[in-house]
Amino acid sequence: MTDPLQKPPKKNPQRRAVLPTLPPAFRSRKALAFTAAAAEGRFCLQKCNDCAKFTYPPREACPHCLSMDLSWQDIPTGGHLIAETLVRTSTNTYFRERTPWRSGTVKLDAGIAVLAHIHGDVARGGRVHMIARTDKSGKGVMMALPEQEVENMGDDKQLRELTCDPKHRRVLITDGRTEVGQTLAKTLGQAGASTVFVGQAEDWRSFAGLKNLLDIPNVEIMPLDITDTISVQNCAAEIGGKVDILINNATHIRPGGVLSRRDVVSARDEMEVNYFGLMRLMQAFGPGLRARGADGVNSACAWVNLLSVYALSNKPEFGVTYASQAAALSLAQCFRGEMAGSGVKVVNAFYGPLQDEWHQPLPPPKISAKVLAREVTAGLQQGLEDVIIGDVARDVWQRWVEDARVLEKELTQIEGM
Amino acid sequence: MSVLQELARSLTTGEVKTVDLTHTLDPDFPVMILPPEFGQCARFRVEEVSCYDDRGPGWYWRNFSCGEHTGTHFDAPIHWISGRDLPNATVDAIPSAAFVGPVCVIDCSAQAAADEDYLLTVQDVTDWEATHGEIPAGAWVLMRTDWSKKSGAEYLNMRDDGAHSPGPAPETVKFLVKTRDILGFGTETVGTDAGQGAHLAPPYPAHYILHGAGKLGLQCLANLDQLPPTGAILICPPLKIKHGSGSPLRVLALVEG
Repeated sequence: MTDPLQKPPKKNPQRRAVLPTLPPAFRSRKALAFTAAAAEGRFCLQKCNDCAKFTYPPREACPHCLSMDLSWQDIPTGGHLIAETLVRTSTNTYFRERTPWRSGTVKLDAGIAVLAHIHGDVARGGRVHMIARTDKSGKGVMMALPEQEVENMGDDKQLRELTCDPKHRRVLITDGRTEVGQTLAKTLGQAGASTVFVGQAEDWRSFAGLKNLLDIPNVEIMPLDITDTISVQNCAAEIGGKVDILINNATHIRPGGVLSRRDVVSARDEMEVNYFGLMRLMQAFGPGLRARGADGVNSACAWVNLLSVYALSNKPEFGVTYASQAAALSLAQCFRGEMAGSGVKVVNAFYGPLQDEWHQPLPPPKISAKVLAREVTAGLQQGLEDVIIGDVARDVWQRWVEDARVLEKELTQIEGM
Repeated sequence: MSVLQELARSLTTGEVKTVDLTHTLDPDFPVMILPPEFGQCARFRVEEVSCYDDRGPGWYWRNFSCGEHTGTHFDAPIHWISGRDLPNATVDAIPSAAFVGPVCVIDCSAQAAADEDYLLTVQDVTDWEATHGEIPAGAWVLMRTDWSKKSGAEYLNMRDDGAHSPGPAPETVKFLVKTRDILGFGTETVGTDAGQGAHLAPPYPAHYILHGAGKLGLQCLANLDQLPPTGAILICPPLKIKHGSGSPLRVLALVEG
């Protein structure tokens, strides 16, 4: 059993904040496919399409038959620990600051031996469950966990380096006016967040759910309107130094494509919230998060964008909104690049149609606020960068990964033809 | 001494004072809320262009954006469908004489304090006239409710059945327009109509009747408690926006004493 993580003491104001150092960051183009899968939480290895053997580490050609036809495929995550080392010092500053560090060799059930970080509760020679995650450099690594969940498993020092567990962390949810915002606040509170700041725009306008928010322990309502630069700056000036996880759930959605609208007025509102609002948040809160990526138990660790899965490929029934979501996704990619090396993960959580007033005429399946909040929280606990929520989003995501151009043709073809 | 020389002298000596009837344009100031499926009034927003920095080393300036009906603002007749075919119905075409004129202030603050949905009646107007004389043709009439002293959620006073704030009754607007031939009507609330004005007949009577008759509107006014019932001069030129339906503006009054 891992010792439970204690609530960190208040920060000593006389000590300099620890700067983020990084584990090795370079990967070859071939090897980055592992990182892309790890960002999604998938455990993949290269498999030869000619001789059907798995191979590790990533290579240009199959070491068994020299075929160049290797593809990345999901592989069973079971295995057992065959060798281990407790690293007590290192020339790498990241590991040097974190020793002792447990690493070892795992023999996968698929027959391959791999190098991995080892969870403290894995027994010598014991069975393991392998995960692939991105580390503080944003690059895919493997970690061996106990085969069965153990108490306080997420509190393991090495595992917590790979995850964005809200436990003991302070979270900002940017829009408390919606059911999604209120449910996120509740769920993250239950997940152990020490403070949940919840943004409230336009306090001159009443809204359902304010009482629910106020009933949640550890919730602090903050004036925050992401369409108002001054408001965002004021909020960041007040709490920017103690937001460890920022979840931007503010969104503006209206039905219709280009030709079903008569003007750009609501499109501008969509861009104001979905794109410029996001950018305002990034400019105001990004520097604070980036500076605190290694700041102890409650270091800044995640920036979460909630995005429609149709940001990947447009669907005309809400096409103008989705265009602004695509802009937001592009901005998130830019931000991911700028935050690289900070130890803060930029997480994109993609969802399909929600169970809300705007998607009311759409048929099921639709995502409830509860499921959305649960999946976002689980994604943080697991340390994912790409969180795909619900069947619709999963389906669109998979088809986009397979062939984005075919997906475009499919989403834009006339129904019933 | 000419009239204007006398005015200039009085302004210098303080015998005539200016009263600012305007709320500050603030991103947090409430705007009219419509059902979300309709187009919405843009809030007031500012973006800094430079502030003596690398974006402009010696100067501070900003871009601002808002709707034509944001903050303390002016309604031109074309704002409402009833006024759409009238001549000179846009802010750029209204003769400028309309922007300076006599103003009558009817104090309904006690009634509004007692009843958030208070509607100004014809009887209120005639009672006021019994004391202060008949409202002259071409005058501005302002309904004082002290609503401008409210802030936050109390200002719109929005509930599940809509906003609750005072305004004029339909017959009162008709009386002011047809019998008194006023120039315009102004309020301290977010619109010239009561919060529940959509449920009157006609819906939004102040907008419908005033603008249908080519009359003007002012709303989100402040400091009406500093105006005398009669004798003040209102100054309210809107921005000269081409084909504009209205505009935020600075509203001033000249008062004696």
